[in-house]
Amino acid sequence: MAGWLMAGPSLAILAIFLILPFFLAFGLSFTNQRLISPNPTEYVGMRNFESLLGVGTLTLEPLRGENGDLILEDGAPTYPRLRGYTRNNPDYPHLNGMREWISWTWGENRVYVLASDVVFMRALVNTFMFVLIVAPLQGALALGLALLVNQKLKGINAFRAIFFMPVVVSMVVVALLWRFIYDGQNGLLNTLLAFLTFGGFKPVDWLGNTSTAFGAMIAMSIWQAVGFHMVIWLSGLQTIPEHLYEAARIEGASRWQTFVHVTWPGLRNTAVLVLIVITMQAFALFTQVDVMTNGGPIDSTQSLVYQAVQRGYGQQDIAGGSAISVLLFLIVLSISLIQRYLTRERT
Amino acid sequence: MGRFAKLTGILALTTALAGPALAATELSMWYHGAGGDSAERDTFARIIKEFNESQSDWEVKLQAFPQIAYNDAITAAAVAGKLPDIIDVDGPIMPNWAWSKYMQPLPIPEEKFAKFLPGTLGHWDGKLYSVGLWDAAVAMYARKSVLEENGIRIPTLDKPWTLEEFDAALVKLKDSGKFDYPLDLAMNDKGEWYPYAFSPFLQSFGGDIVDRSTYKTAEGALNGEAAVKFGKWWQSLFERKLAPGTSQDTADHDTGFLEGKYALQWNGNWAALKPLDKFGDDMLFLPAPDFGHGPKIGAASWQLGISASSEHADGAAKFIEFATQDKYLAAFSNAIGLIPATAEAAQMTENYKDGGKLAVFYDLSAKQALVRPVTPGYVFAAKEFRKALSDIADGADVQDTLDAAADAITADIEKNSGYGH
Repeated sequence: MAGWLMAGPSLAILAIFLILPFFLAFGLSFTNQRLISPNPTEYVGMRNFESLLGVGTLTLEPLRGENGDLILEDGAPTYPRLRGYTRNNPDYPHLNGMREWISWTWGENRVYVLASDVVFMRALVNTFMFVLIVAPLQGALALGLALLVNQKLKGINAFRAIFFMPVVVSMVVVALLWRFIYDGQNGLLNTLLAFLTFGGFKPVDWLGNTSTAFGAMIAMSIWQAVGFHMVIWLSGLQTIPEHLYEAARIEGASRWQTFVHVTWPGLRNTAVLVLIVITMQAFALFTQVDVMTNGGPIDSTQSLVYQAVQRGYGQQDIAGGSAISVLLFLIVLSISLIQRYLTRERT
Repeated sequence: MGRFAKLTGILALTTALAGPALAATELSMWYHGAGGDSAERDTFARIIKEFNESQSDWEVKLQAFPQIAYNDAITAAAVAGKLPDIIDVDGPIMPNWAWSKYMQPLPIPEEKFAKFLPGTLGHWDGKLYSVGLWDAAVAMYARKSVLEENGIRIPTLDKPWTLEEFDAALVKLKDSGKFDYPLDLAMNDKGEWYPYAFSPFLQSFGGDIVDRSTYKTAEGALNGEAAVKFGKWWQSLFERKLAPGTSQDTADHDTGFLEGKYALQWNGNWAALKPLDKFGDDMLFLPAPDFGHGPKIGAASWQLGISASSEHADGAAKFIEFATQDKYLAAFSNAIGLIPATAEAAQMTENYKDGGKLAVFYDLSAKQALVRPVTPGYVFAAKEFRKALSDIADGADVQDTLDAAADAITADIEKNSGYGH
């Protein structure tokens, strides 16, 4: 009884702010609920999910002139415009309203993968990319830093503090500052690179370029939270008993051997924790997108959470936003279960 | 008399004195200008102070939000049932808030505002919901010396630049090599600025955000021939580096024209005083170019209204009547260069009285102003329009992007059963 009372406040907060909204989102994702509207809410079944996940393929033959020769433009074959097939074409009703997501050339033909919601698809792919890149890189970098600051040197605490500092600063502020760093004309990064190459470097508009924007965001995100995970690694490192290292030294183990056979096994539980925490945080990618790019240029930095908020609030489509949240939940749940299975205690 | 009695006496006296002040009912007011122009905020604060001192029934408390988060804050508050009594609302958004029942019609007879400029009065469904203390206009900021040096004709209201003329002027300015960019469009301002400042370009090309004859579809208006022509020209502005793109830095926009980094700037009258101070007689406010269907600029700015959930609509109405006195309209105009809502107030201002330095904005409003589509669906449509223009500026395929935006807007109208039209 006393135990329940002690846990009560936390349980109440969890119930109100996590469990209840979750069930609400789940329910709303099957309706056409608007944020606020005088129109009544209706049950629409799976329609929200269908419009998010709908995909189709289309193969187009190149355009030919009267005599059957290919019509070339800049030496490449040309194809009929996609909108002729996806917009009110009675022969292709299943493609109506879809847009090009990916396309490639297959022999002479061009193959299109179409999606009913290209923005969502880009957000989905980006979020996975973000997790796949950030989780290993951030974890490894944090471990490297932890090993560096785990030495008994004078003033080592100053280094620990410096590495930890970005974590203390709000992500909004960090993102704003990095916007200046990435500025396309006279940003710090461009200035620095120009200085290092004696002016040979051409300024890059880091956040304004579809090819660099997402990479720039990933680099900044890794930098921001690496200190947090460094501290977790550090606490793991300090639980490894000193006598194991002594024994290794006496046995004449090299530094690498010590790391592989003493340090790394001792960090097993920490590694599981760090990996899971980074993965969860990476799936929640939102602030950087909101502050730095708004998902642009041309959807190259969209993320699932950003889209959920955009639709729910910005476009007043709570049902659509909820549907994205539910999908995100299912994704994160399955990944957690897989991670749990892979990192289980083997007896 | 003991110490205790003395103390109680003082307490009783102070309570009695504080009595009337406590009896005043608090009216909460939200406003979009946190972190924005401090002169605007100070003027609001002054009006509120004078209102609170002028009577003892009501006490207005102001809470300011950053503009970029303001509309979302109102929406969130409406969902939570926590709307303040008085809100300020951007003109084109008002129909959505009225339709969604965030707002109630003003309990003030319309004759009170008979002399107000049409763009300052917000109507939905035949009722007056909001009233503005000012209207705003956009002009092409330019310097006479720069145009003359480059042999560019100075356009007039009767004979604005044509598309070809304007485009040639930009190229000429770029080729002069004296500017980072010939034109600053404020692409950094990724809020309501895009539809406010740029949809008139589209309209001047002959397109629109939605089909205004029915308000049921965007098909043809946003992705028709005229719109595609606009989109191609828009994209070429950034391809040819005639204007800074979507990653423009806010600081560059704020200072670029003043420092001579940009030759022209598409900007509102609220920012007119600084360059006027700096360049004096050299400063020009030019009319919008005519892209084929007449020169156009946006109309309607921020206005005051009363939330539907307010229990003190009478008090809120009193405040709105108080704030819309000519002297305050003039005060705002003097503080930030906005167009005062009445002719009487205009005569009381430095810049808009006959022969004033900004009087030109009046004529711009009268000759070129076109309100944004008056529909609750505007909120959604505006975001799609903004995304389409950003994507096109970043190099996306023009026709496909406009198709996607038109489809999304039409689908949204259908989802909302026509938005009450």
